[in-house]
Amino acid sequence: MTDLAAIRLSLELAAISTLILLALGIPLAWGLSQWRWRGRFLVDAVIALPLVLPPTVLGFYLLLTLGPNGPVGRLTEALGGTTLAFSFTGLVIGSVIYSLPFVVQPLQNAFSAIGRGPMETAATLGASPLDRFFTVALPMAKPGLLSAAALGFAHTLGEFGVVLMIGGNIPGETRVASIAVYDHVESLDWGAAHTLSLTLLLLSFVLLAVIYAVNRRARWFGP
Amino acid sequence: MSIRGRFRHSRGDFRLDVDFDLPGRGVTGVQGPSGAGKTSLLRAIAGLDRAPGGQLNVNGADWQRDKDFVPPHRRRVGYVFQDCRLFPHLDVRGNLAYARRRADNRDATPETNATRLLGLAPLLDRAVTGLSGGEQRRVAIARALVRGPDILLLDEPLSGLDRDRRADVLPWLEALHRELEIPVVLVSHDPGDIDRLADHLVLMRDGRIIASGAVQDILTNPGLPPSHSDEAATVIAATVEHYEPEWQLNTLRTSGGSLHLPGEPLPPGETVRVRVAARDVSITRSQPLETSILNYLPASIDTLDDMKGGQVVARLHSGKDPYLAHLTRRSVAALKLAPGDDVFIQVKSLALIS
Repeated sequence: MTDLAAIRLSLELAAISTLILLALGIPLAWGLSQWRWRGRFLVDAVIALPLVLPPTVLGFYLLLTLGPNGPVGRLTEALGGTTLAFSFTGLVIGSVIYSLPFVVQPLQNAFSAIGRGPMETAATLGASPLDRFFTVALPMAKPGLLSAAALGFAHTLGEFGVVLMIGGNIPGETRVASIAVYDHVESLDWGAAHTLSLTLLLLSFVLLAVIYAVNRRARWFGP
Repeated sequence: MSIRGRFRHSRGDFRLDVDFDLPGRGVTGVQGPSGAGKTSLLRAIAGLDRAPGGQLNVNGADWQRDKDFVPPHRRRVGYVFQDCRLFPHLDVRGNLAYARRRADNRDATPETNATRLLGLAPLLDRAVTGLSGGEQRRVAIARALVRGPDILLLDEPLSGLDRDRRADVLPWLEALHRELEIPVVLVSHDPGDIDRLADHLVLMRDGRIIASGAVQDILTNPGLPPSHSDEAATVIAATVEHYEPEWQLNTLRTSGGSLHLPGEPLPPGETVRVRVAARDVSITRSQPLETSILNYLPASIDTLDDMKGGQVVARLHSGKDPYLAHLTRRSVAALKLAPGDDVFIQVKSLALIS
């Protein structure tokens, strides 16, 4: 069943992208919440770009960059591979860039909300900077961390424009659920479009409901 | 053994400009109005604010000298913040364990000791968000001790607590005063806390230290602000002599004579400290004979200094004990008081402080 494969691919893409987003977003958000340098507003603006750009614009530039004539495309080919356009890896790269603000902003808010106090306290108790990041900042930012992961995952799951531009529609490789729905509608197969859409809708709702419930409990009772 | 340092740095409009040499043992109080730089001084000692060109030596260890700056986590400093700053993601036991795991000092107060010293046993499994203000202070103090500090910094450990909560913390602080070997720097705007807990006193104004010395010398110095405040007082050491159950009065012996303290009987022979507020002391030329005031002592006037509002602060001594009296300028003129005169002081009330 190709629709099942599409859903599986969507989930896989969302999961991998979320992991990468957290790995990138946590240090990035921490840096943005701690350091005040003059050019900071530029970094903030760049990270927020995907919020306002049409996904097709982002996808178009990614296609140029990753394609056979783009700098990254040439590099990957020179290293003996193929170009990343129209590949799962390309989708992951696109998703990470596209969803970055959804992960960085909640994290940045959570880190900023902690303030200097707890970190200073940990310092006076003998914790080194790295130690206090892992034992104070991360645990205290846990609700923000969950929100960031949920938003990153859900946003990647719902992505369409970027995928269409750089992934195309290769079954089992780049044909994710949102593309499959589009295909069904294009071919006037409304029944299949309904089934798949409803599945996606319920899946996203359950996912968000669970995470918000966990988040709320974390805030009420403390970990 | 001493804490010596110099900090000169600006932060916005505020400028800290201090040079100090404090005792390396016992409790040093730091007093001054808000904005005087008391907390800035503590933060500079802890290394939380880095003052370029600052110098700091704590009992022989250089913590800051020229370009060398020991970061706060390697300073072995116990800092109790005004807002306690317990970790909300850990319970009481977790907060103490956090400090214990990072204690790199063999002399670190073991957790059991700190728990006993601050009476925390019943609180260990509680979440920090459920603690009262007084309980939070005690946990914060214990956590700072478990870290094994070479110096303990307390920022307003009693402020913002109502009377009952203060009673919840004060006895523990007094116990610390008796049992700790390390120096303690205690910031407080309340002179009552200072003369109860401190041995040495630093006065700050506008980012500068305006006086530093033994606590009684500073509080009774008529040239310094504390003797002019409404709270001005002296603390007198006395020995309990006997108790008259009929009148419910303790008789105390001081170096200047006997004082009477109403209330519960105190153990005879015990040394106690009583606080005498300057506004409760009046002066007579001759021995008061028919008066409702129980306590009067012969005294000599050391100094008379004008203060605000047509008042005069008189510093006197009776035996070896210093006293302050707030008088009106008119009374001073009517009685023709002058330094060196022998007079009697009447003390309207005494307060037992330990």
